Formats: sequence, structure tokens, C-alpha cells
Amino acid sequence: MKVTFPHLGNTYICVKSILDDIGIDYVIPPFNNKRALELGTRYSPEMVCLPLKINIGNYIQAYEMGADTILMAGGCGPCRFGYYSQLHMEILKDAGFNMEVITLEGTDIMDLLSRIRSVVPGASELMKLPSVLLRAVEIAKRSDEIEMLAFRTRARESERGATDRIYNGFREKALRTAGTKNILKLLDETEAMLKSVHLDPDADPLKVGIVGEIYTGIEHFASFDIQHRLGRLGVEVDRKVTVSNWIIEHMLKKPLHLPRDMAFAEAAKPWLGAMIGGHAQETVGNAAIYAKSGYDGVIQIFPFSCMPEIVAESLLPSVERDLDIPVLTLIIDEMTGEAGYMTRIEAFIDMLEGRRENLERRKAHGMRKGKKAHDNIHA
Amino acid sequence: MGAKIGIPGSLFYYRFASFWESFFTTLGFEVVVSDPTNKRILDDGVKSCVDEACLPIKLFYGHVLNLKDRVDYILVPRFTSISKNEYICPEFGGLPDMIRHTLKGLPKLIDTEVNMRKSARGGIKAAVEIGEVLGVDRRRTLRAFELAALNFRRDQFFTEFAESVQREDDSSCLECQKGENCPCPESQKSENCPRPGSICAGTGEPSLQNRRLCVGVIGHAYTVYDRYISMDLLRKLARHGVEARTIETVDEADINRHASTLPKPMFWNHGRLAYGAALHMAESSEVDGFIFLSSFGCGIDSFVNDLIERHVRRRFGIPLITMTIDEHTGEAGFNTRLEAFIDMLQWRRQNEGHVSASG
Repeated sequence: MKVTFPHLGNTYICVKSILDDIGIDYVIPPFNNKRALELGTRYSPEMVCLPLKINIGNYIQAYEMGADTILMAGGCGPCRFGYYSQLHMEILKDAGFNMEVITLEGTDIMDLLSRIRSVVPGASELMKLPSVLLRAVEIAKRSDEIEMLAFRTRARESERGATDRIYNGFREKALRTAGTKNILKLLDETEAMLKSVHLDPDADPLKVGIVGEIYTGIEHFASFDIQHRLGRLGVEVDRKVTVSNWIIEHMLKKPLHLPRDMAFAEAAKPWLGAMIGGHAQETVGNAAIYAKSGYDGVIQIFPFSCMPEIVAESLLPSVERDLDIPVLTLIIDEMTGEAGYMTRIEAFIDMLEGRRENLERRKAHGMRKGKKAHDNIHA
Repeated sequence: MGAKIGIPGSLFYYRFASFWESFFTTLGFEVVVSDPTNKRILDDGVKSCVDEACLPIKLFYGHVLNLKDRVDYILVPRFTSISKNEYICPEFGGLPDMIRHTLKGLPKLIDTEVNMRKSARGGIKAAVEIGEVLGVDRRRTLRAFELAALNFRRDQFFTEFAESVQREDDSSCLECQKGENCPCPESQKSENCPRPGSICAGTGEPSLQNRRLCVGVIGHAYTVYDRYISMDLLRKLARHGVEARTIETVDEADINRHASTLPKPMFWNHGRLAYGAALHMAESSEVDGFIFLSSFGCGIDSFVNDLIERHVRRRFGIPLITMTIDEHTGEAGFNTRLEAFIDMLQWRRQNEGHVSASG
């Protein structure tokens, strides 16, 4: 048995270290790439959402490298993600790729355990699992922190490209680093390196909050690397929806009935009164939180036809108006052209710059007119 | 009392019209249903809704606008779930918020959450809450709810369609448009004269060879029975002498029997119904083909229809076609595809060994 799993940002680091520790043979598909997307598009139904297509591309590329078993997360709706693994199986079967899909989800804990048992080689490895998983949660958390740290330094670095070098190096090195303990060491090193990047002391970057669907937010390939590009344009980005957050809130706290961090739900309330699936509530709530904490703008990203995000998209103009924060919505599918997309982002950033200058000038002249918006920016 | 409750004639109106009308009239309110979908309603909806939403959601906006100035309340419940362990669609869940934040100057919205995911009592709870909004006491609401449940007819719109086809069938021959003066000899009328089809009777059919072509139309009730956006598909089929079956004509028990064969239960209400109904129609050899009537961008359909297609193809080899509709769909292209599909089904029956047209 050779296991593989789909890519989602830095998740591979976390998953591979677990598989290393308990001795499961695995293949990591190549980082998301054009061919993965093309393969996925060829075999998937036309109207399904983009992440499913890229997943299929990952699987086929892993299959070519010898993988025969897929590990995949599940869910119970109403977002389509919950049924992904079922459709994956059907697609792979009809396309003639003989792969088994193991969905790590459990309506009850025994069911989940038996699924885990089916991949873990022996009893002694099973005993190791709890401590390995604890470290893996730590890894997920730390890799997200590294990414957020890189978002901050990239926008402020004095030498352009310094952050990218460290960050990309870290992703490459992680591929060759085995086991949770070594990965944790690598995370320490990377964090120290990122903290030593020389920053421009005068930098006062624009701040943009990224909201939207989780896959296109986290997987940079699926959003044309927008978050890194913004950083290179000298814009500091932030994103609250992360893998570790998902693991901690949904996979740990929810089943254990621990109190969850619902700040976004509270913040979303004036516009969206209920959980409707996917990340719509996070999108609306976090946009409001960004507006209230002085961000210059918000960018919503989601794959074409994503149902929860369409609801959020129709509510964001109200957030934009009520809290006076510019919002740009970007919708992505396999047909999206990169150039047009970048033009829109650059225009948005130009607008944010102009807007900030205007607000500052108004402040200098003591004009009352811009006061409300201004308070938002420097609150 | 006597306030006017506006019900947008879209989305779940096509599932619950009989229930809602009974419920609100029993409570002493006047029910006003928006006009049947027309170009104006569609255009109004398309103009006010985000581009990415599916056609039925856009249409709902249009129906709300249609009711805007002539009612005291508009019924826009937050539909989270109408069946155990199943959802409807995220867009249904967010609909009251979408409507409230996009359309201005509306009458009061009845936006009670309907959530029966854990238990069917969620429906009663929603009814009681709606009663409270309207200032009706609990006991009366519960009585109205019970009565409405008795009056609820799942196949209301299919029956209406079937009856209207039957009436046309009785009065005129659509092919020659001469009604009772149809020149076709009486003896041939039923066979050669392509008069509008009646409805598959399910069981007790004449032999397979002699019966008319029958097509399973798989789609959400709110697209299939909306005569405007479905391009009047059901009646078009009837005019071609093709019988139609829809999800609503299949017994729930049959649906559940087939849906339960899925390795993971589908967590969308429509998903279970569509899958179970389609597989039942296929397995019982009741249909010669399937038409998936789907709205562009419908997330549920993108999964469910694909799954049905794969399973039907693997197990039964029944032809199927997906007709996708959105606000730009042209009727001519739609008709051409439909006719080609029917021609193919007829050709298949005549030329493929397993079913002989000549007996």
C-alpha cells in the first residue's frame, strides 16, 4: 500500500510527518501545477468546483508515482466538500485509475478508528499515534504561523525576495525532512530566519484581509499566488481561515464539545444570521473584523459556483457600505486568465493607496467629512 | 386579521404551495402568490441578484419584487433543512439575508428558520414561530399546521400538469391543431396521430413495445414545474407524444430504497430524491431516457447528476441528456436539442433489438 493525499497549502508538511513517524509508505504529489489542473479538468464533471478538479489532478500525478491509496477528509454538508471523496472514487473508477479512497471522517468514533486502523501497519504504530498527532497539530499551527509571519515580512523587507527565498526554501526542505520532531526543528529554524530578515523601518504597508473559500485561500496555486504577489507589491495580507484553525476548531473542539472561537459568527450577525455551510459566515464576519481593525481593504476569493461564498458575495456590498471598507471579489476557475486577474488586483491596490492618501490629507486638513472612514483605518 | 401574506412563486413554492396556502388561509390570512414567472420577473431578478447565483435564486428576487407593493408580509423562510440529516443548499440558508441586504423597501419578511435536520419537530417549531410573528396564538397555529399537513400534496404540480395535458388531449389534436375536427380516423388516433402524451401509469402498462416513449425528467421541482424557465419542457414532451415522469411521481419508499444503496448517504434532500427516483425509474424499465434539467451553476446538480449519470450508464445503459438553463438560454437551441434527443430515442427503439416498435 502506498498512500497519497491532496495538496492544500502547507498541509503536506503535517501529513507527511505523521506518515513518517508511524511508518506508512507514501507519495506526495508534485506541488499543484498546470498539469494537475488539466488532468483534473479532463476527468471531472464540468460544473463541480475547482478544488475537486485539482484534487483529481493530484491523485493522478501521485498514481503515476506509484500511489494506490488516497487519504482524504470528509464532512456532512451542506457544502459540496463533504461529498468530495465519493465523487473522487467514481471519477477515478471510470477513468481507470485503480485507487482506493479512505475518507477520514466518522459519524461515530469507532467508525473513524477502524478507518485509521486500515492504514496503520501494526499495533505498536497505533500506540504511537496519539503523541504523533499531538505534535502534528503543533506542526499545523506552527506552519500557519510561519506563513503569516512571511506575509508580514514580505511586505516590509528591505531586500526584495528575501522572504520568498526563505519561505520557498522551507517548503522544499520540508519535503526532505522526515518525522514530526525534525519538522518541528525545521519550523524553529525557519522562524528564526524569517525574524532575522531585515525590514524597512519606514515601511507602512497597505493592509489587506483575505477572506473567502478555504481552498482557494490557502492553496496559492488556486489563486494565482495572489497573497505572495500582494506581498511583493508591498501589501501586507492576513488570512484568518487556516488549516490549523480548521483542525483545532472543527476536528478537535467540535467533537469534544469544547467552546469554539466564534468571534467571526458574532461579527457576521448583522449581515448573516446563521451558519449556512462552507465558510460564508467566516467570510462575512472576518471582513467585518478587518474593517473594524483598521485594514485598508478586503479581498474575497472563491472558486466559481461555490454556493456558500455566493451568499457571502451578495452580503459583502452591505458590509462594504456599512463599515466603509473596499471589498474586491475574485472568482476563480480553470478558465480564469492570469493577466486580467492581475490587472484587477493592481487596480484595486492603486485605489486603496489613493484612498489612504485622501484620508490622510483630509485628516491633515482637519476635514470632518472623512472622519468616520479615517477612524476605521487607524482604530 | 386578514393581512396579506405574499408567497414568491418560486423555489420551494413548488414543493410546499399546498401546505402554505392551507396553513395561512386557516389562520385567516389572505395568501397572495406572485405572478407566474414572466420576462419582467426574470429580468428584475437578474438585475438585482449577484451574477454568480443560480437562475432559480435570481428568479426568487424577481418574485419578491413582484409582490413588494401589494402584500403586508413576504414569506422568505431560512430553509436549513426539511428532512432528517439532510440539508437543502447553502443558498437557501442564506436567502433571507441576501434578500434583505439587496432589495430595499420591502414589506416585513417572515424569515423564520426551518430546520428539521435533527427532528421533524423542527417544522412545527418553525410554524409556531411564524404564528408568533403574525400574532396568532399557539393552539390555533398548531391546528392550522395539522390541517396543512393533511392538505399537503407532494405531487401537486405534477398532477396539475397531468390534468392540463389530459384536458388538451381530450379536446384537440395538437399536431394538426384541428381539435375535435381532427381528420385522423378514430381508429388510428391513439397510435398514429401524435397527440399529446398522457402520463406513464407506472404499473399495469401495456406491453413495452406498444407504449409511448417515456422520459424521466430529473430536476429540482422549482425548475421542472416553472413553465417559463423550464421552457415548458413537460408540455413540449407531451406535444411530441412523449410521456414524462418526474421525481414527484416516484414513491418515497422506492426513492429511499435506491438512495440507501449509496456508500455514503447524500446529505442534500434533493440529492437523495433525484438519485433514488432516477435509479428507480431506470431499474423498473419505466423510462427510455433521462433529461436532467439543471440550472447553470447549481452546485447540488453538479454532483448529483454526475453520480446518477455514472450509475445509470454503468448499470442500465439508458440514454440521457443534460439541459442546462440560465437567463441567456435561447428557446430555439433548447428545442433543437430536445427534438434531437427524442428522435434518437425513437430511432433507438425502432432499430435496437431489445425493443421492437412493430411488435
